Amino acid sequence: MAKYVQREIMAICAGRLIEDGNIVFAGTGISMLAATVAKRIHAPGSVVIFETGGIDPSLDELPLSVADGRVMAGTSVNSGLADALTLVGHPRFRTIAFLGAAQIDRYGNLNSTCIGNYHSPKIRFPGSGGACDALSTASATIVFMAHDKKRFVEALDYRTSPGWLTGGDSRKKAGFKRGGPLAVVTDLGLMKFDDETKAMYLAEYYPGVTPQMVVDNTSFNIDTSRAVPFVPPTDEELRILTQEVDPQRLILGPPV
Amino acid sequence: MDVQAKMKNNGKIMNLSEAASLVKDGDQVTLGGFTSSRNPMALVREIIRQGRKELYLVAHSHGQDLDLLIGAGCVKRVEIAYGAVARFAPTAIRFRKAVCAGQIEVEDYTNLQMTLRFMAGAMGLPFIPTISGLETDIVKIPGFPEESRGMGKVSKYKLKIIKNPWDEEDGNVVLLPPLNPDVALLHAQYAGEDGTIRIKGLTFADLEEAKAANKVIVSCEEILPTAYLRQDPDQNSLPHFLVDAVVQAPFGAHPTSCLYFYDYDPRHLALYRKMASDDAGFQRYLDEWVYPFDTQEQYLTKVGMEDLLRIKANPVLGYKPGLDRR
Repeated sequence: MAKYVQREIMAICAGRLIEDGNIVFAGTGISMLAATVAKRIHAPGSVVIFETGGIDPSLDELPLSVADGRVMAGTSVNSGLADALTLVGHPRFRTIAFLGAAQIDRYGNLNSTCIGNYHSPKIRFPGSGGACDALSTASATIVFMAHDKKRFVEALDYRTSPGWLTGGDSRKKAGFKRGGPLAVVTDLGLMKFDDETKAMYLAEYYPGVTPQMVVDNTSFNIDTSRAVPFVPPTDEELRILTQEVDPQRLILGPPV
Repeated sequence: MDVQAKMKNNGKIMNLSEAASLVKDGDQVTLGGFTSSRNPMALVREIIRQGRKELYLVAHSHGQDLDLLIGAGCVKRVEIAYGAVARFAPTAIRFRKAVCAGQIEVEDYTNLQMTLRFMAGAMGLPFIPTISGLETDIVKIPGFPEESRGMGKVSKYKLKIIKNPWDEEDGNVVLLPPLNPDVALLHAQYAGEDGTIRIKGLTFADLEEAKAANKVIVSCEEILPTAYLRQDPDQNSLPHFLVDAVVQAPFGAHPTSCLYFYDYDPRHLALYRKMASDDAGFQRYLDEWVYPFDTQEQYLTKVGMEDLLRIKANPVLGYKPGLDRR
């Protein structure tokens, strides 16, 4: 069996959720890997856009930030925030946003702002950036998280970005026209959200992981009754990811 | 020459010191660029040297410029969507420390919200709607203290939520206050002698910021003859009359990038990260990299030819291919 590190399996897991023709709104970090791997393997017609205004760059080299010159090279159009954030929310297109966060709750609401009281936080994070905008307006959102009890919490310290709010049809009632979290990709597996209740459940778990490990690392009750094993990364997926997409291991980190 | 007199004469081209002196204590300031790209660093370093105080930053996603201004004690209050410099500072270091220590007032918005607010300011609108942020703490929790509300440039309300007036059953809408900052500080690749600005690559929210601001100061890599810029006006970004001051500052965004001129400087950003992580180290950074220089040329001498050439961009690609960014 092929050997891989957590970030590799996360990038591949997320990449598989991208369909050909999707417009992918990528952030920094693993999401750029996922989008690039998908484009090179099974979704060549997918388009990657960045909130900064880089529309469909060639991504010959991996950008380290969404403002990197590498998101401005070989693009279809170089624009700005207003244009990019318009495209993310455009009703005509199926757009998939990739986000990370410091905390997530059972309905996929995200905190990327602070731990502790907002006015005198224990820890301050960068803030929304375009995350709240993307989760407010994109057709679907995929969230990357490290899976532990501190991050998968009963109650967020601060709600930066709107997921399924309080579940059920609360998101629609609030005024959102579409979207919401589609999946959460962690170092343990793939979580999805129930069609009716919008509560998070375990959909797939990686080799070497048990559903009980997911339960043990989640602060809220998470349904594991629908969980199936994740199909391990193929040699081809790993080769493209590690040799073509991030050969310097800028985002992947140290190898096995 | 007296700076004000120079401006009356339409002499927009000035040096760093003259341009920075147009920023006053307490001004509401917006910064061009985005996290690791085209930060107006030469202007920011000069503003720090001039000891500007109590600035009120209105920012979307900012990193190095914002972090240096906050760390140097120039900032009282910030409206912000995101403070970071890629993986060199996953949260902007001095920003994080200042917020946790309660040294600055901070109020969070989103990138789209901030961009819309600049657009509203530029258009003279009383407010601008969005659905972004509904039911989040961004719309529920104001950041600034109650006593600041309605004072100076602080909006009376952070924002307001109303029912969709077209269909009250169709949920809510967020109304955002406009922004008209006192000053916009931008770094561009090119400026004409008359103030026409040409930005290459992504414009982020620079154009909206410049149109919203009451005063626009632009540093640039090269000042070009106006007639040359007018031969290809499709390439130009801002008309001359919007711009009040132009400063030639080569590598003026260093250590952030400037497309077609240079990449971000991974070694300098890593050095900054290390030094800024404790108070004494940050003071040493200011003493070594900000205070000793009167001009951009002196700063570049300190950076050194080897490091500048290491990040020099490929003129076709716009960045430095193969740059060691670990």
